[in-house]
Amino acid sequence: MTKTITIAHGNGGQENNELIKELFYKHFENDILSKSEDAAVIEDGKLAFTTDSFTVSPLFFAGGDIGKLAVCGTCNDLAMMGAKPKYMTCSVIIEEGFATSELEKIVQSMKQELAINGAIVVSGDTKVVPRGSVDKLFINTTGIGEIEYKGISASNLVRGMSILVSRDVGCHGATIFAAREGIALESTLQTDCASLYPQIKKLLDARIKIVSLRDATRGGVSAVLNEWAKSSDVCIEVDEESIPVLEEVQGICEMLGFEAVDLANEGTFVLGVNKEDEQKALEVLQEAHKSASVIATVSEQYKGKVLLNSSWGTKRFLDLPTGELLPRIC
Amino acid sequence: MQELQLKNLYDDFRDGETIKAYAKIIAEDAKKLEKPINIMEVCGGHTHTIMKFGLPQLLPSNINFIHGPGCPVCIMPKERIDHAYVLAMQENVILVTLGDMIKVPGSNGSLQDARAKGADVRFVYSPMECIKIAKENPDKKVIFFAIGFETTTPMTAVLVAQVVQKKIPNIFFHINHVTVPEVMSELVNREDSDIDAFLGPSHVSVISGAKIYDAFPKKYGRPVVVTGFEPVDVMQGISMIVKQFIEKRCELEIQYKRLVNHDGNLKAQALIEKYFEKVSLFRWRGLGNVPESGLKLRDAFAEYDAEVIYKDLFLVAEVEDHKLCICGDILRGMAKPKDCTIFGTVCKPTTPIGSCMVSSEGACAAYYKYGNLL
Repeated sequence: MTKTITIAHGNGGQENNELIKELFYKHFENDILSKSEDAAVIEDGKLAFTTDSFTVSPLFFAGGDIGKLAVCGTCNDLAMMGAKPKYMTCSVIIEEGFATSELEKIVQSMKQELAINGAIVVSGDTKVVPRGSVDKLFINTTGIGEIEYKGISASNLVRGMSILVSRDVGCHGATIFAAREGIALESTLQTDCASLYPQIKKLLDARIKIVSLRDATRGGVSAVLNEWAKSSDVCIEVDEESIPVLEEVQGICEMLGFEAVDLANEGTFVLGVNKEDEQKALEVLQEAHKSASVIATVSEQYKGKVLLNSSWGTKRFLDLPTGELLPRIC
Repeated sequence: MQELQLKNLYDDFRDGETIKAYAKIIAEDAKKLEKPINIMEVCGGHTHTIMKFGLPQLLPSNINFIHGPGCPVCIMPKERIDHAYVLAMQENVILVTLGDMIKVPGSNGSLQDARAKGADVRFVYSPMECIKIAKENPDKKVIFFAIGFETTTPMTAVLVAQVVQKKIPNIFFHINHVTVPEVMSELVNREDSDIDAFLGPSHVSVISGAKIYDAFPKKYGRPVVVTGFEPVDVMQGISMIVKQFIEKRCELEIQYKRLVNHDGNLKAQALIEKYFEKVSLFRWRGLGNVPESGLKLRDAFAEYDAEVIYKDLFLVAEVEDHKLCICGDILRGMAKPKDCTIFGTVCKPTTPIGSCMVSSEGACAAYYKYGNLL
């Protein structure tokens, strides 16, 4: 560990994992926590429980705002454990001087998103801090969900299984980056921020056996695939060309030197299923997003690794993103 | 007429069938080579393409890449990173630079560390953003720590022109621009040089023209092919070099005809000439002093030159690299990242010891990220 915490420790990649493992897990250690799933499974597998804090600049962005993000983020973590989001808490830390009208807009978009999930806020907290102590507004939400489908895990993938993404990847990261100070790119791009429970419900209703499921937030699809390859001790072989990426997102990646698979998503998930469920799952996913695709198969070629196969016959490992995402120089 | 889309700029140049076709041509031609050839891709951008797209997996064993020193972050000597750090730690200073530069460790840490200690360090994609930052912070000094080869120099020159013309009082410059042909001459002039040919970076020649390489085939007997950055470009560039060898030619050729000609962008060149002059020596990490390979602001603009204004803050001594780090040998093309004992163990992108591990265009970072199956 480094002596001070840097931006890179919050990137969802290697440094982030180091911080969590070497500091928090070390002191908080228990069996439930060390499973490190999107949400903790408690009460003999009946309930899923999770929390998430939200800071984003700008607070309002194309296709969403911090409020929508705060509900989607937590509800999605529950949905990824096969749980129906039910009860939530909402804590806000507000910087002195923040416009009440903006706060109301944010709360209204939280309400809208809660309705989509069928969840309610049952407890909350408000703190106001002096100017400069936080950047406008931070939100924390905690959620409890009722598990409807058991056994989803990052460690159950075996050879021959298929891996799908629910839509084109990297929209949220690219949107936020383009809107950032110092980049000043204009684009029509919108975040993918969305509640995922309705889609999971459809998969379950179609009787698809979900083996692994995770929303590809910070660290993007790369982070999810790497974690699965390690947890299941398998090789995940990705067909590079099959990864769906919007032209605008690819364009931003080209200009700034990023890879779409490393960019954050807020409404995109990765799904692992048995080969026989592949086409049915794809059909269900494509009802919501035409761009949903089968991107990988599970093998044992390089255990614990994610392998990218190019269309011209070369291969390389896809590693966890590291460091702060910085635009290239020339 | 169909509107030009961004994807038109790369889609076809990543076509799997075309890449495979070039691999076949190169493999056939390479059988006729009398001896193995060492091609130096000067630019880190090329190193990145070669590694990311796995091109060595497609090439015969008698074609070898030597990764060159064309990564502006990698070649920055530690003392100049220390300058940036010292400037960033001054009160009421906003230090602005480009991307990866904020990650390179100096003697006291990186600019990222300075930021964690409270310094106002920002990265921009375009230097022109400095004007906005300066306007929003009239009581602060904005220092642009300018880095890069011929590709980024015109952007700095445009910013200097704006600052001078609009009399913007709070933007200053620390100039670290370097030039490609001077360092290439330095490399071929070394006795231990085993470079047989060069892939020249296309973006440099978009500005400076292919003319900057005239001397290499003529005076030094080394073919140069000015080449684009997509995998099809690089494969074609390599194929052109191989053909020169089997046809016993030694020429300057342009693969990237889409945008490069012999003369380059004369307007950009004039702008650079107006505001910058060559320094007699620029110290490169790993290569030492290379004559006339760096730029500084002309004396007439010294009032904007942070290196002049803050000179008392800077230590003059050269700072040496970590003892086990072989970035110097790598930048000279004498070693590959995997020859380094700390590569991938102590020195990783998360905890870089040498500069080649920092920038995505550094050879070590490219090997770490993409080279694990070579």
